[in-house]
Amino acid sequence: MIIGTAKETYRADESLLTTQPQRVWLAIFAASLVALPFVVNDYWLYLTCLVAINVAAATGLNILTGFTGLVSLGHAAFMAVGAYTVAWLETNLGTPFWVNLIAAGLVAAALGILVGLPSLKVKGLYLAIATIAASFILHFCFVHFDGITGGATGINIPPLTIFGAELTTYFSLYWVIMPVTVLMVLGAANLFRTRIGRAFIAIRDRDISAEVLGIPLLRYKLMSFSIASFYAGMAGGLWAYFFRVVTPESFPLLTSIFLLAAIIVGGMGTILGGILGAVFMTLAPELLRYGVEWISPLVPNAGALLSPVRTVVFGALIVGFLIFEPQGLAEIIQRIRRFFRLWPFRT
Amino acid sequence: MANDMNGADLTPAELTVEDVTLSFGGIKALQSVSFTAKAGQITALIGPNGAGKTSVFNCISGFYRPSSGRVLLDGQDVTGLRPPKRAVLGMARSFQNIALFRGMTVLDNIKLGRHGHMKTNLLQAFVYAGRAAREEEELRREVEERIIDFLEIDHIRNMPVSVLSYGLQKRVELARALAMRPRILLLDEPVAGMNREETEDMARFILDVKEEWGISILMVEHDMGLVMDISDHVSVLNFGKVIAQGLPAEVQADPHVAEAYLGSGDPAALMKRLAAERAA
Repeated sequence: MIIGTAKETYRADESLLTTQPQRVWLAIFAASLVALPFVVNDYWLYLTCLVAINVAAATGLNILTGFTGLVSLGHAAFMAVGAYTVAWLETNLGTPFWVNLIAAGLVAAALGILVGLPSLKVKGLYLAIATIAASFILHFCFVHFDGITGGATGINIPPLTIFGAELTTYFSLYWVIMPVTVLMVLGAANLFRTRIGRAFIAIRDRDISAEVLGIPLLRYKLMSFSIASFYAGMAGGLWAYFFRVVTPESFPLLTSIFLLAAIIVGGMGTILGGILGAVFMTLAPELLRYGVEWISPLVPNAGALLSPVRTVVFGALIVGFLIFEPQGLAEIIQRIRRFFRLWPFRT
Repeated sequence: MANDMNGADLTPAELTVEDVTLSFGGIKALQSVSFTAKAGQITALIGPNGAGKTSVFNCISGFYRPSSGRVLLDGQDVTGLRPPKRAVLGMARSFQNIALFRGMTVLDNIKLGRHGHMKTNLLQAFVYAGRAAREEEELRREVEERIIDFLEIDHIRNMPVSVLSYGLQKRVELARALAMRPRILLLDEPVAGMNREETEDMARFILDVKEEWGISILMVEHDMGLVMDISDHVSVLNFGKVIAQGLPAEVQADPHVAEAYLGSGDPAALMKRLAAERAA
C-alpha cells in the first residue's frame, strides 16, 4: 500500500516521480541498464542497442501521433534522413559524433516542418497518406541524388570515434546509444510537464477549444512534427553508427508501420507506452524464436513447421493487444500499480 | 490599473459589437447587430433558438469573420485577429457543449488556460529547469489557491474530466477560463442542462467572478430566471437582429420580446411564464 505521499510544496507535487516506490524502481532500472552490458552476451547486447534505437524513434512518433493526434506513416523516412546526415558528415567533414547526431536531428526536424505543413488542413487518414507520399519522395531523393547519398549502393560509415578511440563493438556502442536514448526519453517526459506538452494534448483532444485558449494550431502542429522528426533523425543517426552502412532500403515503409504498431501496442499518449511498445515489437519475435528452438527437439521437422507459426503468433499477439488492451501495455503497468496501491486492503 | 507581475493588464474590458453582419451564402445569420458589454458588468444575450446568439459569440471569439462590421475590445479593433491572439488580449470563452480536453485531468485542463501567458520555450521544456520549473510552480500555486479553491473543485482536481458529472464539467470549464486571466468572459449557456442546485451554484460563481475578480461577463443563456436575476444589461436577438436592449426589467416589459418568445406581443404573458419557470 502506498501512503505518505502528501506534499508540502507545489514544486514537489509537480515533480516527475511523486512516490517513493517510483524512485526506487527507477533506480533499480537505471542500475540494471548500467550492469546489463557486463552480464549479457554480444547477441543480446546487439538486441538491446536495437531496442534503444527503436525506443528513441517510437518516443518521437508518440509525441506526434500519440500526444498530438497527427498520424504519420513517414517516420522511417526521417530516420533515413538522420542516418544519411550522419553518413555524409562522417565521410565528408569528419565532425565529432555528437555534432553529427544533433545535425541529423536538426536536418530531419527541418524536413519534418515541411512535411507537416499540410497538417493544418489535412487530418487522420488523409494526413497518413500525405506522410507516406512524403516518404516516397524522400526515398526517390535517396536513390537519385547519388552525389550526396551514394545512390542505390548507399554510404559506408566509418566507426564512431570518441577521443580517438574507435567504437566498433556492441559493448562500446551501448555506452553511446543507451545514454542518448535515456536523455531523449527524459526530455520527452519533461516536455509533457510544461505548457508545450499540454498544448499538444489539447490539440489532439479538441483543437477548436485549444485555439480559444491561445494555442496557435499551425505553429504547435509544426512544432510537434519537428520534434518527432528530430527524434527520428537522432535515432536514425544512432542507427547509422550502429550498422555502419545506409542505403535507400535501410528504412522501408515497413519501419514506419513497425513504429506505429509499437506505439499502439505500447500505449499512445504515454511516455511509458512508447518504450514498452518498442521493446515488445523488437524483442517479441526473438523471444518467439527462442520458444521455437526450445520446443523443436519435441516436434519432428520443427524448423519447417514452427518458423511460420512464429510469425503468426507475433501477429496474433498484436491483434490480441488491440482487442484486450486497447490502451496498450502501459495501461497494464498502471493497473498493476493501482492494484498495489491499496494492497493488501483491496485485491 | 491592476497589473499582474508580468505587466499584463487585468482591468475589466469593455466589448463592443458594432454593426456586425454575417451571411452564409444567401442566408443572413446576423444583420447589423450592435451592442456593448460594459466593463465590470454582466451582459446577457438572449433570444429564441436560431436567433443567432452563438453566431455572435463565434464572431466575437474569432471563429467567424463578419461580412461587415467590427468587434472592439476596449476600443481596439480585433475583428481580423485569430482566436489565440484574442485570448492573449483577455478574451476567454466557454462553449455550449462542453469543450474540455477529455484525456486530461482537471488540473491539466485548468493549467491549459494559462498557456498564452507563459513563456517556457522548447529547450527549457526539455530540461525542465529554470523558467519551465518556475513557471509551472507559480501556475500550480495560483490554480490551487485562487481558482480550485474559489470554485470548490479541490476534491476532483486529479480526476480525468471524462468521469465528472455535467455540472462539474461546466465548472471546470469556468475554472479553465479563469486561468486565462481574462478581462472579459464569454459564457455560452453556462447553466444549460443543469438542475436547480447546480444552476444556483453557477449563478453564485458568475456573480463572484464579476465582483471579486472584477471581470466583465457576456453570456448567452436560455434560463430566463438566471438572466433576469444576475444581469446588469440584456440584449435580445431575434432572426439575427437586436430587437430590444436595456435593464432586465425593461426588456421583460418590451412587447417585441414577448412576441419573439411567445408569438403574441403581451409582456404580461411572458412575465407569467417566467414566474412559472422560476417556481418549477
